[in-house]
Amino acid sequence: MKKLLILSTALSGFAFAASAQEVVVMSWGGAYGKSQNEAYLKPFTAETGIKTTMVDSDNPATPVKAMVEANNVTVDVVDIEYADAIRLCDEGLLETFDATMLPAGDDGTPAMDDFLPGAVTDCSVATIVFSTMYAYDTTKFPNGGPKTMADFFNMEAFPGKRGMRKGAKANLEMALMGDGVPAAEVYTVLATDEGVDRAFAMLDKIKTDTVWWEAGAQPPQLLADGEVAMSTAYNGRIFAAAVAEGKPFESVWDGQVYEYDVLAVPKGAKNKDAAMQFIVFATGTQRLADQAKYIAYGPARKSSGPLVGLYEDGKTEMAPYMPTDAANLNNALASDFEFWADRDTQLNERFNSWLLN
Amino acid sequence: MASPDISAENDVLRTVDGTPLKTALAIASRRARIRAFFLVLPLLIFILLTFAVPIGQMLSRSFTDDKFSANMVELGKWFDANGKAVPDEAAYAALAADLATASKDRSAGNVGTRINYELPGTRSLFTSAARKAEKMEAPFKEGMLALDPQWARPDLWAAMRSASAAATMNFYQAALDRQIGADGNFEAAPENTQIYVKLFIRTFVMSIVITGLCLLLGFPIAHLLAVLPLRHASLLMILVLLPFWTSLLVRTTSWMVLLQSQGVINDLLVWMNIVGDDGRLQMMYNQTGTIIAMTHILLPFMILPLYSVMKTIPPAYARAARSLGATSWTTFRRIYLPQTVSGIGAGGILCFILAVGYYITPALVGGADGTLISNQIAFHMQKSLNWSLAAALAAMLLASVLILYWAYDRIIGIDNMKLG
Repeated sequence: MKKLLILSTALSGFAFAASAQEVVVMSWGGAYGKSQNEAYLKPFTAETGIKTTMVDSDNPATPVKAMVEANNVTVDVVDIEYADAIRLCDEGLLETFDATMLPAGDDGTPAMDDFLPGAVTDCSVATIVFSTMYAYDTTKFPNGGPKTMADFFNMEAFPGKRGMRKGAKANLEMALMGDGVPAAEVYTVLATDEGVDRAFAMLDKIKTDTVWWEAGAQPPQLLADGEVAMSTAYNGRIFAAAVAEGKPFESVWDGQVYEYDVLAVPKGAKNKDAAMQFIVFATGTQRLADQAKYIAYGPARKSSGPLVGLYEDGKTEMAPYMPTDAANLNNALASDFEFWADRDTQLNERFNSWLLN
Repeated sequence: MASPDISAENDVLRTVDGTPLKTALAIASRRARIRAFFLVLPLLIFILLTFAVPIGQMLSRSFTDDKFSANMVELGKWFDANGKAVPDEAAYAALAADLATASKDRSAGNVGTRINYELPGTRSLFTSAARKAEKMEAPFKEGMLALDPQWARPDLWAAMRSASAAATMNFYQAALDRQIGADGNFEAAPENTQIYVKLFIRTFVMSIVITGLCLLLGFPIAHLLAVLPLRHASLLMILVLLPFWTSLLVRTTSWMVLLQSQGVINDLLVWMNIVGDDGRLQMMYNQTGTIIAMTHILLPFMILPLYSVMKTIPPAYARAARSLGATSWTTFRRIYLPQTVSGIGAGGILCFILAVGYYITPALVGGADGTLISNQIAFHMQKSLNWSLAAALAAMLLASVLILYWAYDRIIGIDNMKLG
């Protein structure tokens, strides 16, 4: 049965000519993929001579299961969300990572102390802290724009269409925070049926005026088109649009939901050793600080923090745009991976049927 | 063939070498059939290997799922021996033993996921219990219940019992919006999670609407193509075929540019003062957007079969009808239209089947209420990774399309379907 599956899928699968030493990295594309290309891939090739290639995906976690089961793993490194990494690791779809391979920070701190808490797991190493927050078009609100998460759900005071990611994750937490639940209690409330109902009731307020996006590059596009007045987004994409392209977008950090983004190796990857080498390289102090030069995602190592300076244009200070900047952490929520590993399926099904009705 | 020897002894016609004509004919036609079969064989093998076998395997996932049964062997044995009996110490011992093994093989997540499909929120029960199961000692029942009292739930044991057999109809139940209730029997899922039946209905209704629109728009164009002189008809034909030269994604995104609330059409309407600036038409991210974009994309599939049938209709009949005193409408209704029925059938079934399975266009312009069942299948394939449910939904879609095809065969007849 399994052989037949491999044979038949291989026939209709990708044709990939694997060369001797090469690392294929699958990431999220857009401005984020570009920043990784500059900060990780190109320096890695320059230093080791191993060829690197970047492949884009809306969510690299989704092809991993298909590839591993079909025994046709075409990528060597995937960049995935923390909760997905835990889940995939539990299901045996990722190679285990030897944490002793990680070097100490540039300031001498041992690796396990240098990384933020929870950043290194059995199968993955975190590179950045990214955040889902919302941004608005300042030209649509000449008399002052929204300031809090509650404003996002306030259609009377701040009219205009909304953009939200199509899925339950982060939306339900934001709905509760918009309803006044403090960040520390969000997951306790969300664990109850009444809490979930309350979150959906809040989302009902904006349901008819919401455009649902799936790719990270869509929110800046929707804002630029004028299709929406405010939209949730990955903060780095908004930064890229606002600073690199000069769009009049303003970020609202109240009620942000931040999470680690990690690098992992799918089980059965063809260039496993080179892939591990790449991960060790990419999570070095200087590399993590470098990627912050291109996009506003916080490095997962403490020793990288002081090295984060200016954006690549040489003028803009990166610090205020980081999710982990003190000013932005006022009402911030760390995404709970255990909660989502458990309830992802159920809440997404509820979300899908809520969308439909 | 040699001429038949008529003056044979019995009244049977024979060929020159003596075999009866009937037998010789049978041998010859069988040889011709075998030759034809071998000519088609490479194509048949290709289709079987690249199409039928992978799809068949995918669909077989809809009624088999061994994530639980392959990993929880001891528990499976207990269920075989004890059926629906209340779980006793031996059951919990088997459970603990299996969880310990699962923890070593890193399959606890898979086991939990399988049960999570039936009873949401139970995945962590398995993953956390697996970590502790290795150190557990007898009595196991107390140990497990001390870990988490949820282990005593009857619906949990019912789910585990049904999951311990690889073959299951649970995914079809889920595809029909039914789930395991608290007592262990199947019941309708709560209102707020019922989606699939509604989606199926919506898919078929929208596909019928799209096919109807394609027919309405495509019929006049096909007729024009059929009756114009060749020079003009060729130019028009190139225009009909032009969309095939552009990527599907490009066509869909250009509709997005046109239909957006700040898009070309709305800007035009506001400029002409037909609608106010805050009364812009919502033509995107809803069913309207899906219907418009898909009609555009499927139109050539309706026009071409209609055109090829209309080309073969001799104009003499219509002229004869007019000369006998029929009005234009009667001529059309009673003479022309019946002759085009086979083309309508071909174009209609082509458009309908394509529309029912369409995924990209509803995903891009459909928003929340313009999405079809194929988007839900894609969601289960890619995001929730519940391939068995995706396979069940796909199997039901395939079955309904086959039933419609059979109905079409009874009403119009496949042999009457002409593509040219």
